[in-house]
Amino acid sequence: MKSYIVQLAAARLLPVTLILSMLVFYRGHNDPGGGFIGGLMASAGFIFYAMAFDTREAEKKLRVSPLMLIVAGLSFAFISTLPSLFAGNPFFTGEWVSLSIPLLGKLKLGTPLLFDFGVYLTVWGVIVTIIFNVMEE
Amino acid sequence: MEVLLAIVIGLLYAAGVYLLLRRSIVKLILGIMFFSHATNLLIFVAGGLHKGQPQFASDGLTAVSANPTDPLPQALILTAIVIGFGITAFFLALMYRFYQATGTEDLDELKEGENK
Amino acid sequence: MILPALPILIPLLTIIFLLFNFQRREWQPWIGLTGAMLQLVVSVLLALRVKSQGILVLNTGNWEAPFGITLVVDAFSSIMLVLAGIIAVSVSIYSIDAIDRQRQSFFYFPMVHGLLMGVNGAFVTGDIFNLYVWFEVMLTASFVLITLGGEKKQLNGAIKYVSINLVSSLFFLAGIGLLYGKTGTLNMADLALKLSLADNNVLMNTSAVLFFVAFSIKAAVFPFFFWLPASYHTPPVAITALFAGLLTKVGVYAMIRFYTLFFVQDKLFWHPLFLWIGGFTMVIGVLTAASQYDIRKILSFHIISQIGYMIMGLGIFTVAGIAGAIFYMAHNIIAKTNTFLVAGLINRVTGSYDLKKIGGLYKIRPWLSILFIIPAFGLAGIPPLSGFFGKLILISAGFNAGEYVISFIALAVGLFTLFSMVKIWNEAFWKPRPEGLSPYEGENENLPVSMVIPVVILGLITLTMGLAVKPILEIAMNAAGQLLDPKIYIQAVMGS
Repeated sequence: MKSYIVQLAAARLLPVTLILSMLVFYRGHNDPGGGFIGGLMASAGFIFYAMAFDTREAEKKLRVSPLMLIVAGLSFAFISTLPSLFAGNPFFTGEWVSLSIPLLGKLKLGTPLLFDFGVYLTVWGVIVTIIFNVMEE
Repeated sequence: MEVLLAIVIGLLYAAGVYLLLRRSIVKLILGIMFFSHATNLLIFVAGGLHKGQPQFASDGLTAVSANPTDPLPQALILTAIVIGFGITAFFLALMYRFYQATGTEDLDELKEGENK
Repeated sequence: MILPALPILIPLLTIIFLLFNFQRREWQPWIGLTGAMLQLVVSVLLALRVKSQGILVLNTGNWEAPFGITLVVDAFSSIMLVLAGIIAVSVSIYSIDAIDRQRQSFFYFPMVHGLLMGVNGAFVTGDIFNLYVWFEVMLTASFVLITLGGEKKQLNGAIKYVSINLVSSLFFLAGIGLLYGKTGTLNMADLALKLSLADNNVLMNTSAVLFFVAFSIKAAVFPFFFWLPASYHTPPVAITALFAGLLTKVGVYAMIRFYTLFFVQDKLFWHPLFLWIGGFTMVIGVLTAASQYDIRKILSFHIISQIGYMIMGLGIFTVAGIAGAIFYMAHNIIAKTNTFLVAGLINRVTGSYDLKKIGGLYKIRPWLSILFIIPAFGLAGIPPLSGFFGKLILISAGFNAGEYVISFIALAVGLFTLFSMVKIWNEAFWKPRPEGLSPYEGENENLPVSMVIPVVILGLITLTMGLAVKPILEIAMNAAGQLLDPKIYIQAVMGS
């Protein structure tokens, strides 16, 4: 399937899916969305790219290896458990800080978000690894 | 609604068992998928169905409705779906490798392959 | 208070490190070994802490007990954690040379630690849905391990293994759904509290049966054992040893936990059933083993027969019976893993697992035969070794509880186990080498030290367990006492 139209569409759609996936991921705490769905969307962008070109091109576009995405994801999930220890709360307690940023208003950041980001990266890495492997065969 | 879903669950289980007993591995995987969907629905129904009564108070209200829906079963189902998704992907890949190695997807061939 | 979560976090950290250093192949075994050793240290610390302070409870995420996921370590779980740590260390050492480079470079060590994470998680969790999740973590890792390498034979066994285990997980999940619908809680302690107040209900029995089927499949109990001998002999022996030591025992662990903590209302139905099933499991496992000629298949069938003893302990349901089951589990995890590791050594020397193709090993490797005799005769129950005392405790508990039939069956099965072990001994070590065969592949090579060390360690543990029965039995009695008095567990988790 080497169609120029599809290739153009895939190349243009990739940044859009990535931004959209980040958006879905970010709103996940209180609204439908979250790390898992975000990760699926991000990998969908790359899978479409790999379908339009081939997996080697898509891997090049990804820059880091999918394995490193998984490692980073697991590390983020692990790191998100640490702040609760320093705060003296039981393991895995959600710790929040709220930052006030000019123009944007209040931004609430917390360890659940960090954990979810870990999920996002892990899902992204795992799905991309599986699909690329199957596509290469 | 409960009765309808109960019938659907029963049908899904029946279809799942039927497919599990087939000789083809593809059908075996489909059977397991039916099984897992039936189980997810079972949790959904067992958790209780109350239409349009969310657990969270909407803006302007101070209390949740008298008989709110329990959100936990849905969280359980979500987890189960995610796990099922990963395992199905693995099983499909396994079947593909098996097909490559043996050129068949007939479960009866497993018996002969055992002692080779 | 992070201690109860550490048995889960350490394997996770190990996986992160292993994947991060994925390009450095030669580092992989050492990172894996370090992780396993840390895990052993932590579980010993946990066991000491539990001994001095009683049940440890950790409410993750600061959610109160029935609402969040609670991690609970009582005496029983801490014993299982220590055993898992021992197996993790010995299999990690063994794998350095036993697992070929190709498998090592294809996620072998991360998957071993994934499996350990699932096993440890199942031991520490106090929440039934969380238990399901850990079961799945463990199973997914084991699926990858059993197919690793992708030999035709392995894929063949894996399809049976994967499909039957998936079905059992779904039984488990359906049981959880129904139980949640009935009680509205997933926390084990809260469930115990609610079910002790509720009158006997049909829905509760449905989920009890669903759980029973699910755990029976995982534990390879009669009549659900058929998947085990069909798949366990296919992967490399280090993987089989890991599975044999830990996977089925997690099923037994869950069964003992569930049927002592909250499904205790219907004793008249369940306990005779456990005794029958335990008896059948023992007899069928041991009889089918007698007809096999592949060492790994003989040992696989013996896994089944020995699960029967643990189920028998649960069926007797006295402190001595449960303590016997726990002692037997401890002995079996160590000795069973060890026999598989020795089978790997035999294969390394002779290049075969088929008893018809090997023989005369005593002449060329006399000390290997000693390494084999310790775990094998331990399994059969020869006096100074651990298996003898495991059986003795169980059988005397059976006689004291008036369960004569099962006790006689257990005695007879011990005899047949001895027959199988003597058969391996005779065929592999004692009889002259079959004629007309070319010399063994590894006859003149020395066995790698890393493969011998874990066998020696596990053999020493089997010996010590036999010599120091009293202190170990006291630990098991203590754990059994805690299990049979669910109030202690409930109080520790739920407060007063």
